[in-house]
Formats: sequence, C-alpha cells, structure tokens
Amino acid sequence: MKTSLADLPVGQPAEIASIDCERRISRRLMEMGLLPGTHVRVVRVAPLGDPIELRVRNYSLSLRRAEAAQIAVSPEETV
Amino acid sequence: MSSGASPPQVLIAGNPNCGKSTLFNALSGGSAHVGNYPGVTVDRTSARVRLSAQDIELVDVPGMYSLTAGSPEEQLAVNALIEGDTRAVICVVEATTLQRGLYLALQLVESGVPVVVALNMMDSAERLGLRIDTERLSQLFGSPVIPVVATKRRGMDALLAALEKQLGPVSGAPQPNVAYPPELEADVAKLVPVIAQWRPGTAPRQLRAVAHWCFLSLGEDSLRDVPDTVRQAVHDIREAANAQGRNLDLEIVSSRYAWIDDAVGQVCSVQDPQPPWSERIDRVLTHPIAGLAVFAVVMFGIFEALFAGAEPLIAAIERFTGFMQAQAAAILPPGVLQDLVVEGIIAGVGNVIVFAPQILMLFLFIGFLEDSGYLARVAFGIDRVMKGVGLHGKAFVPLLSGFACAVPAVMATRTIERRRDRLVTMLALPLMSCSARLPIYILVVGTVFAGQSVGWFSAGAVALFSMYTLSVLVTLTAAAVIRRTVLPGPAPTFVLEMPPYRWPSAQILWLNAWRRLRIFLVDAGTIILAMTILLWALLSFPKSADVTEHYAAERVRVEQMGAPEAEKEVLLRAIDSHEAADQLGNSFGGRFGHAIEPAIRPIGFDWQIGVGIIGAFAAREVFISTLGVVFGIGEADEENKPLRQALQDARHADGTPVMTPLSGISLMIFFLLACQCMSTLAVVRRESGSWKWPVFLFTYMTVLAYTASFAVYQGGQLLGFG
Repeated sequence: MKTSLADLPVGQPAEIASIDCERRISRRLMEMGLLPGTHVRVVRVAPLGDPIELRVRNYSLSLRRAEAAQIAVSPEETV
Repeated sequence: MSSGASPPQVLIAGNPNCGKSTLFNALSGGSAHVGNYPGVTVDRTSARVRLSAQDIELVDVPGMYSLTAGSPEEQLAVNALIEGDTRAVICVVEATTLQRGLYLALQLVESGVPVVVALNMMDSAERLGLRIDTERLSQLFGSPVIPVVATKRRGMDALLAALEKQLGPVSGAPQPNVAYPPELEADVAKLVPVIAQWRPGTAPRQLRAVAHWCFLSLGEDSLRDVPDTVRQAVHDIREAANAQGRNLDLEIVSSRYAWIDDAVGQVCSVQDPQPPWSERIDRVLTHPIAGLAVFAVVMFGIFEALFAGAEPLIAAIERFTGFMQAQAAAILPPGVLQDLVVEGIIAGVGNVIVFAPQILMLFLFIGFLEDSGYLARVAFGIDRVMKGVGLHGKAFVPLLSGFACAVPAVMATRTIERRRDRLVTMLALPLMSCSARLPIYILVVGTVFAGQSVGWFSAGAVALFSMYTLSVLVTLTAAAVIRRTVLPGPAPTFVLEMPPYRWPSAQILWLNAWRRLRIFLVDAGTIILAMTILLWALLSFPKSADVTEHYAAERVRVEQMGAPEAEKEVLLRAIDSHEAADQLGNSFGGRFGHAIEPAIRPIGFDWQIGVGIIGAFAAREVFISTLGVVFGIGEADEENKPLRQALQDARHADGTPVMTPLSGISLMIFFLLACQCMSTLAVVRRESGSWKWPVFLFTYMTVLAYTASFAVYQGGQLLGFG
C-alpha cells in the first residue's frame, strides 16, 4: 500500500517508491541519497505543522509538506 | 607575491557541516586570506601551507552535496574543482554520514582530479560503535582515505603526506568503476563527441565525467559558458530517454549510490549511528512549547546584545572619534584642510568602525547558532511563517537583526543558500526599523506630542509602537512584492539538513567573525569613507565670502562692546552658530534643500528639514546634528531642548508652523521607509556584487517613503488634522 511521505505517520518506517517533485528538487533529493528503495522515517513535524523532519541514510533532513507530498513511499512492517 | 612560481593549488571540498572549514583552519593555522571570486559574491578563502618538499595554496570551497550545478555560483565551485590550476582535492567526508559524503568524493574521482579523502570525526563515529575499514575503502576508491579528527588536529600529518604523494606522479591505482546501465552508456557515447569538440584534448575518462555532469546539470539552469551544441545534444538525448520512460538523473545518481552502498557494505557495519543526546536535545528544542520558549529567549538574547550590549562599545568608538577630531582640530590650522580631516576623513573612518561591535557580535552569535546546529532548527521552526511571504526560514535571523542595524543584518543573509532568496531578504530588511531611526522618532515625538496622551497611553508611546509595527508589516509586504515582481522565480525550497548538535570551537567562531569584519572594513568601508567625504563637501562648499565678512564684522562689534566677558562669550558662540547655519544654507546641500522644497512641501517638510534629510544620508542620526546646525543651535542631540523649541517655533513662509503632529508623523514615516543610509547601500553593493541592487533599493524605498508621507500628510489635512 503506497502513500505519500507527507501522509506518513511520525515514526513509521517506510521505503521510498518514487520522487516526483520538480526536477531541480528531485535531483537534489536524489543526490542527497533519497532514491527508490531508500529507507526513510518521519522524525517530527515542526510546531506550526510544516516543514517535517526525516531520518534517512544516517542523517536528518527537513523539507516542506508540499515536496513531501510528491514523494511516494511504501510503509514497512514494524517488527 | 611572485606569480611565476605560484604554488600548486589544492582545494578542500565537502558537504555542508562536515567540518571542512575546521580542517581548513587546522591545516592553515588560521592564517587565511579572504578574497572574492570575480563576478560573483562567493568568498575565496585560501592559505599557503608548507608540505615537506613544497608549498601549496590551500583553497576552501563552499560546502556542496554534489558537483551538479544550476547557477553560476555553483558552477564556479565546480569549475574550480575539476579544471583550471587545481592539482588535487581534499574531499572531507564525515564518518557518520559516509554514503552521502562519498557521493561527492566519487564524482571528484570520476572527474579525474587526484583526490585525498579525509574521513572526519572518526572519534565520534567510533564512540557510536561505527568501525570503518579505511584501508579497504582506499583500495575500492583508488585514492587514499585518511581518518582525521579536525577539531583535535589528529591525522593531519598523515593527510598531508598522502596529499604530497597525490601531487607527485600519477599512481595508476585502479579507479572505481560504477556500473551505469547500458542505455545510459549509449547516451554518454552519443554526447562525448560533442563535448570533445567543446573541450579538445580532454582525456576519454574525463569526457565521460563531463557528459554525466551535463546530463545532470543542464536544462532549466542559468549556467554560463556552455555551448549551444552541447545544450541541444543533451536536450535531444533527454527527450528521447523520457519518451522511453527513462529518467537520466535517476539512472546516473542511483548507479553511483549502488556502487557506494556496495562499497560501504564492504568496509563497515551499516547502522544508524545517531548520537542519542542529539535526539534528546531536539525533543526539547523543537517541542511546540519548550522549543518556542528557548527560541524566544535566544532571539531576545541576540536582539538585546545588538541593541544594548553593543552600545557601550559604540559609544566608546564615538568618543574616540570625537577625541581624534579634537586632536586634529588642535593641531591643524583652521580652514578647509582642518575641516576635511575633522569632518570628512576622521568622521568617515568613525562612520565605518562604529559598525564593528555589532558586526562582530552578530557574527559570533550566528556562527554559534550555525555551528552548533541550532540555526537549522530555528529555520525549521519558523519556516511556515517565512514561506507565506516567499522567504526562506533562514531569513528570520537577518530580519530580526535588522531591528538593530541593517548593515550586519545584510551581511547575515549569507547563511541563506540561494542567491535569489538572499537578494529578496537583503532588499526587504532595510525597512526594519533600525536603532538609528529611534533618535529621530524621539526628537519628533518630543517636539509634537510632548505631554499628550491617547487614552491611557502617552501619545509618544503609541507613535513609537505604531512605527515598529508598521515597519514589520511593510518589510514582510515588500519581501512578498519583490519576490513576485523584481525577483520572480520558484519560491525558496526548503531542503535543509539538520546536523547533529555540536559544541562550536571558539577559535573558529572568532576567526570567521573577524574575517567578516575585515571584509566589511575593506570593501564597504572604503565606499562609506568616500561618501562621508563627498557629503561633507556638499554641505561645506561653496563658502560664501559675504557671510564670512558679515559675521567677522559682527564679532568685531561684540568684542568692542563694554559687556562682561561671560556675556561676550555667549554672544560670540551665538554668532558662530548663526554663521554655520548661514554657510550651510548657502552650500550645495543647502541650495539643494531649497531646490527640493516644492517637492517636500506636500509631505509637510520645509527646506531646513530637507537639508537635514540630505545630511542624514551619512547616517540617520546625523539628521539631528544637521538640524542643529541648520537652526543655528550648534551641537544638538534628540533630547536637546533648544532644538525642540526651534522646531516648534519654525514657521513656513505663510506663517503656519512647520512641525505639527501631522507633519511629525509624516516625517517619522518618511524616515522609517526611506533608505537614508549610505552604509546600508555600501554593504548591499558588497554582498550583491553589483551597483544595480543598491540603486534599486534606494529608489524603491525613497519612492515608497515619499508616497506614504504624501498620503498621510495630504490625507490628514483633508480629514482636518494638522
């Protein structure tokens, strides 16, 4: 079941399925290591609801909901 | 320096927050030279470093995640790295974010430049249980990988030894071989001949690297110097690939990461080595309530330091300037030379160094916020608000600093990554009501609202509060408008790394603040000094012989009076003041004030205020001392009773008072909105790299100020006020 990164509940591990932001941003995210198959987790949401903070490839990255909504993810089973 | 035998150039590259600058300082011993790349506002920090057999020039390149470029600024760093005189690159990779750092290192190796990988922060990685087999990694990379701890200067000797080896004959070690998909290899093969025409003589391996770079960088870019043949070829190949449902960007990047993931899998145990305390700190600092409280305290601290903390230092500099002026006046004979030295040169130097305390303080603060990792959290927390007006979350600290002084605030926009976002911020923030506007509000309020009240509050307090509120609203509106009109383009994207919290090094904070200050003193300072001298000349020349003669006769008359000495002294001082007022009225500036009177009459000002406004261009607070001279009072400050009296007594030709509550409000609004500050213009010139932006800034703010004052004064009169 696919969902978008913006709709992923905080703490839920997921795997990136595709990145469909505008090319400039997609390219940047890919070069920072966000690729199809990469594991990702939403760590927290900013106090005013936007942006969100992710944990990916051993570092923390924040991006706005508008971009996160264009990243499709498949949630992983939590053990 | 002899240019014939310039030492080989070695660059230090790496991701943002990887400790690159720390390593640079550790290797250079802090003796760096900060220059500017031609044409763009990117600082070029370099230092000469001694190896065992030779010297090298070590250059610190701005932090980057990849060699892909979309703007001339990014291209510049890339060009510096892979072509020109660069003999080798030290690529700093943070051990805890190994894969992302190796992505940049891999691109560098592919481009053919000799690379030494400095694997930084090995100590914290090991504390987190992360073991990295650097020997195996060196083999895989075909380049030396040296573990270092830049903050403790560990591994420096090994790093320099490896570098010296890389500067020697080519080693011939096997290079990493990324497995790109066959379709992509076919596309590269199509592009390579086009690139070979653009860059004849390039080695085949490098041609492939340039082809990859072109595929990733070209399209929707603003790069210079790429020939149309290459652009067209890239465009055609990409269209064909897209038609087959392929994505070239994804193919290139994911092939590289596949190689990296495989390599990293061979050299270390993959896990998430996040320092546990960093996450714990974040739970507090990004908490809706606790986080907001800390945020408020920190911002208030900065604000208080810039506003009140810098005050004694500023006062000391002003006293020192005054002392030097008095010394010069005592040594030099009265005349034009004395005036030039006292009112032009020393005052001008004073006008420059008076900014030093605030610049140093703001950059120490911002350096601390940035290096500790907190600035990213501030941007994270406030981005929602800034996004609404088209600003980046990182614009918040510069905007807030604008309340104290626009000059350091404009310099602080450097923390914002994209040039366009930086420009919008530096063009809007001079509308924040800076501390130099306050004395003018106080003078006007004391003149026109003395003793009045609005409900429970004094009229002055209401006026001051309104000015500050208005300034915030106008600043945010201006940012939104500039973003939509003058600097259109995509809203700032917010893809920001949240680095783990670290304790910043005091030495590096100090070095960076000092370098910023030095750039200001040299680059903006010369402009400010020149403009101070120009303004002095405008307000001093031509000297009227008639006025001099008239007052000389007056002095003689007083000297010959039979009055007591004390009384004579008072009269003589009054003559001095009146002479200064008449000479000022006769000067170019004074004539200009008369000339613009028809234009400023509709906003409630007369020629004397006009002269004050001209003088205020040197610095807003000069408005008051200029008015003091115009009204023949001599030395004056905002609490000055005679000046207030003179303003209250001033009459237009038709006998109506100049200063009414309405014209007072008009004057305050004019000063709030007008760019009456050459230092701001000078620093915008420095930071934007062109005169175009300060000219635009001055024009739009002056038009805005005039229109607003006009609307308030004329509207107020229509409604029966004033």
